[in-house]
Amino acid sequence: MARITAGIATSHVPAIGAALDNGRAGDDYWRPVFAGYEASKRWIAGKRPDVAIVVFNDHASAFSLELIPTFAIGCAEAFAPADEGWGPRPVPVVKGHAELAWHMAEHLILDEFDMTIVNKMDVDHGLTVPLSLLFGQPQEWPCRVIPLAVNVVQYPPPTGHRCYMLGKAIRRAVESFAEDLDVVIFGTGGMSHQLQGPRAGLINRAFDTDFLDRLVADPVSLARAPHLDYVREAGSEAIELVMWLVMRGALDDRVRETHRFYHVPASNTAVGHLVLENAG
Amino acid sequence: MGDKPYHDIPGTVLFDAEQSRRGYHLNMFCMSLMKADNRAAFKADERAYLDRYPMTEAQKQSVLARDWNGMLQLGGNIYFTSKIAATDGLSFQQIAAKMSGVSQAEYAEMMLKGGRSIEGNRSSKEVAGG
Repeated sequence: MARITAGIATSHVPAIGAALDNGRAGDDYWRPVFAGYEASKRWIAGKRPDVAIVVFNDHASAFSLELIPTFAIGCAEAFAPADEGWGPRPVPVVKGHAELAWHMAEHLILDEFDMTIVNKMDVDHGLTVPLSLLFGQPQEWPCRVIPLAVNVVQYPPPTGHRCYMLGKAIRRAVESFAEDLDVVIFGTGGMSHQLQGPRAGLINRAFDTDFLDRLVADPVSLARAPHLDYVREAGSEAIELVMWLVMRGALDDRVRETHRFYHVPASNTAVGHLVLENAG
Repeated sequence: MGDKPYHDIPGTVLFDAEQSRRGYHLNMFCMSLMKADNRAAFKADERAYLDRYPMTEAQKQSVLARDWNGMLQLGGNIYFTSKIAATDGLSFQQIAAKMSGVSQAEYAEMMLKGGRSIEGNRSSKEVAGG
């Protein structure tokens, strides 16, 4: 059967993608950011997962205000990098796993998570920057990818608890798929950041550290944190962190923290990163 | 705006139902700038391009003036209004500096020093109360 064996949490700051794409990863400003992912790159290169489920949010690229799905699963064969106003990122087309994605969609809906099924979706930096951070700049991405988009732009996003429970349902769905597949799940976005208004640039290291600690050791209580805790304490765009709870819910109650990285700043944002492996 | 439990968060407009309704056409204008042809048409005659959208006059003026905070107050969402910035060739960090009322150099320096502190920035009540 298919199994989810590990989870990866990472910020998905667009400027990180731009730095990589424009050959500036070695600059003094960016070098520490990429250095923080080196151990994780080696880890995932050794692990060679078959499929990555990437929980991310669209930033007014594929979805405008015409249609705002709370949870959407990409069931297509492939997803093109989105043109976010500067031309698409020069990264490979993202190849889906349509059979597993459709299986998950069916299973999740019957498990009472009413997913929106997406057959055409360009994927923006929210999805491609995490792939770049973990896989570098290959000619082809080394695994299949199932995009799982969460609305965090229009308030309110789904609650942390709902996201955590979705993770558990994703695990059940994956484990009911007959083919032997090693699946990893990414939770992306965050950490503290605010991109808008006079409070732009807010960073709360204490909040972020506590979030990382509790995501590992006490996700059940963390999942009960209300939206306004994120917004007030860590910035309006820090609400993206609810997506990390989807990832966490799909793992064992006990996990091993294989890697952790935290860095300020990447443009306007605190970068956080975890690799978690199931520990029973 | 009505009284919501987040209206005391200083310098922050939550993009809730009220704001989304207010800003729908403003944001959909921004969305149109995803296409190169539309960016060219906007740059050629901003006012004429804006008049294609049923936006309020205040919304149009906020765009013409690049009043980034004004756009947010009038229903703009930052992920949409940033498409105007991209059309202007400005980075996210450049408009963040403008929205927080400092030069880009000052803003970048603040970020390098760990970002804007949460202390004193949780609530307008906290700010007022000292």
